[in-house]
Amino acid sequence: MTTEILTGAQAIIRSLEMLGIEHIFGLPGGAILPTYDPLMDSKKIRHILVRHEQGAGHAAEGYASASGKLGVCIATSGPGATNLVTAIADAHMDSVPLLAITGQVGSTLIGTDAFQEADIVGITMPITKHSFLVTKPEDIPEVLASAVLIATTGRPGPVLVDITKDAQNKKAPFIWPPKVDLPGYKPVTKPHGKQIQAAAQLIVDSKKPVLYVGGGIIRSGAHKELLQLAELIGAPVVTTLMARGAFPDSHHQNLGMPGMHGTVPAVTALQKSDLLITLGARFDDRVTGDVKSFAVGAKVIHVDVDPAEIGKIRFADVPIVGDAREVITELNAELKTVIASKKPDIAEWWQFIDGLVERYPLGYTHVEDGKLSPQHVIERIGALSGPEAIYAAGVGQHQMWSAQFIKYERPNSWLNSGGAGTMGYSVPAAMGAKVAQPDRLVWAIDGDGCFQMTNQELATCTINNIPIKVAIINNSSLGMVRQWQTLFYNERYSNTDLHTGTDALMVPDFVKLADAYGCLGIRVEKEDDIDAAIKLAIETNDRPVVIDFIVSRDAMVWPMVSAGVSNDEVKYARDAAPVWDGEE
Amino acid sequence: MSRHVLSLLVEDKPGLLTRVAGLFARRGFNIESLAVGISEIEGLSRITVVVGVEGAPLEQVTKQLNKLINVIKVVELEPEQAVQRDHMLIKVKTDATTRGQVLEAVTLFRARVIDVVSDALIIEVTGDTAKCAAFIKVLEPFGIKELVQSGVLAMGRGSKSITEKVLK
Repeated sequence: MTTEILTGAQAIIRSLEMLGIEHIFGLPGGAILPTYDPLMDSKKIRHILVRHEQGAGHAAEGYASASGKLGVCIATSGPGATNLVTAIADAHMDSVPLLAITGQVGSTLIGTDAFQEADIVGITMPITKHSFLVTKPEDIPEVLASAVLIATTGRPGPVLVDITKDAQNKKAPFIWPPKVDLPGYKPVTKPHGKQIQAAAQLIVDSKKPVLYVGGGIIRSGAHKELLQLAELIGAPVVTTLMARGAFPDSHHQNLGMPGMHGTVPAVTALQKSDLLITLGARFDDRVTGDVKSFAVGAKVIHVDVDPAEIGKIRFADVPIVGDAREVITELNAELKTVIASKKPDIAEWWQFIDGLVERYPLGYTHVEDGKLSPQHVIERIGALSGPEAIYAAGVGQHQMWSAQFIKYERPNSWLNSGGAGTMGYSVPAAMGAKVAQPDRLVWAIDGDGCFQMTNQELATCTINNIPIKVAIINNSSLGMVRQWQTLFYNERYSNTDLHTGTDALMVPDFVKLADAYGCLGIRVEKEDDIDAAIKLAIETNDRPVVIDFIVSRDAMVWPMVSAGVSNDEVKYARDAAPVWDGEE
Repeated sequence: MSRHVLSLLVEDKPGLLTRVAGLFARRGFNIESLAVGISEIEGLSRITVVVGVEGAPLEQVTKQLNKLINVIKVVELEPEQAVQRDHMLIKVKTDATTRGQVLEAVTLFRARVIDVVSDALIIEVTGDTAKCAAFIKVLEPFGIKELVQSGVLAMGRGSKSITEKVLK
């Protein structure tokens, strides 16, 4: 135990060092200035100065999602803090371990509408796992240690620590380790033995089981255990948008992504199943479609570390509260003994599924307007970059195509904003991922709309030597919104034209913009040039690279289940529903 | 709509009430009454909340409440296993002719008069929700000028305490 007198600001930096924090993304301002002073001297913490606080938030998210470690961002009071809000909300929806530190006006000024005052604790209450307001320097070690514990354990999530300027300036004895006392926080990670037995029994009795795998597998690091479980049962596996990479795409049991833009085999397997083995997934409306008609014949085993997810949307016949990795480890052990005497009989089930896989493979038709097919571009990025690369997408069509047409073989390789659907996530998240995993190739696959929301972080990348690759899937429009306008609004394209294409005003010219930021800018308009551009990007590591792929705006994401409609109505392509054979 | 009485043991931290109330609003649950105060342990508070829910989602309320870091324990107090009390102050218009009748009602309901002026009385009454409602009905014809009510207070019967086991 050490006791010395430190300012609150010094205590913040020392506490973060003691907690093992190595990287912080942030931007200083008045109320956090005291903390930036000792930060300058820290040998253990590298601070990366962003150009907008939202970038710091998403960078910390990307850092966490690529590495499994805690992401940390820091901002000043008022607008600095409110600029973090979108990223905090995003982390809350996708269970990302995130620590957000904000400066606050002096404690005597709180409530007076002081300059740059905002009640950020109040503002973020609904979108954080927890939040703290610190007004005394002696509370800093305990609060930061508690915040890190809460953010990283149980169901991970964002924690905000708001620290007044006087708490940063005043001195107090620094006592480490602090006493962390959280009587109301006891996450259950170890499953109940009886529930494990009940789950194993349901599994061996099932005829049409499906492993419905969610992002919890990745957060818990349970991919190896999952592989064992899947092979023990031999059942088909579907990996949700948040779980791409939790189970290898090359594995014959993997049917791909379920949901609104899922594969026909994945959507149908869930729909016709008699047992959903739900692992770290939460029956999101984008997966279930109309809940009442979702998998009506299925019993449900629901494994989640958050008890509130169980039974929230769908009744669970066997609820199991626990950490996915611990639960699956115990389930594997139990299943081995149960399966020895009785293996689930699923030959007929596979016959049905194999038929779907054969008839409804994931695919696309090439466009005929002379522009690139976006799916093809994304497929080539994945093929040339390989499974060790990290792919961070924005939100929209390019995100769905990236989830569909890149083959994921490992966890923490696919980063996206799944729950919140935050446009602008990609560039800063890729930046954070590259800082966390400097040896891996990192792509930001972005849309022309998304890219314009956060591309200022290219300056951060260039100056701090963070050589990410950005692929803009440029269809000169807000593509997913346009797709809905095509399908549901009689092709009336209200406010979705962005004029970024080569046959439009080209505002902005992304290659010039890349150049202005000190990046290598490449424009690709011909199919024959795609591979060469991707290879050049992969080889260029002395600066970030931005490739402007000019793609067709008429390409659409298929398959599709329209919002609020039953998954039985999945469309393979426009006006093409799967044909069910006699056994339906 | 079914009515449930929840008793919460919480840490007495700034913003706690906002967290609890905000959760109810955010998840679409309806607070019928709320009472907050100290508990027998320093640093801990008790919240009694009456919530109206449709169908079966009470479990969601308790699970979401349990996720709040400063909430230590949530229990539902079933009516037969708990005592419940409302507390009310009622200002009733009275004159020389009606005062006697009002005082008779006060005696019948075992209420108390705590302030008297020539044309009004302030009456204090404690009891379960039904008794208080009945008392109001009796007083209404005389003219209720003002009424304030606490949230329902509830406590499980028997010698056990909800703070037992929680804090060792």
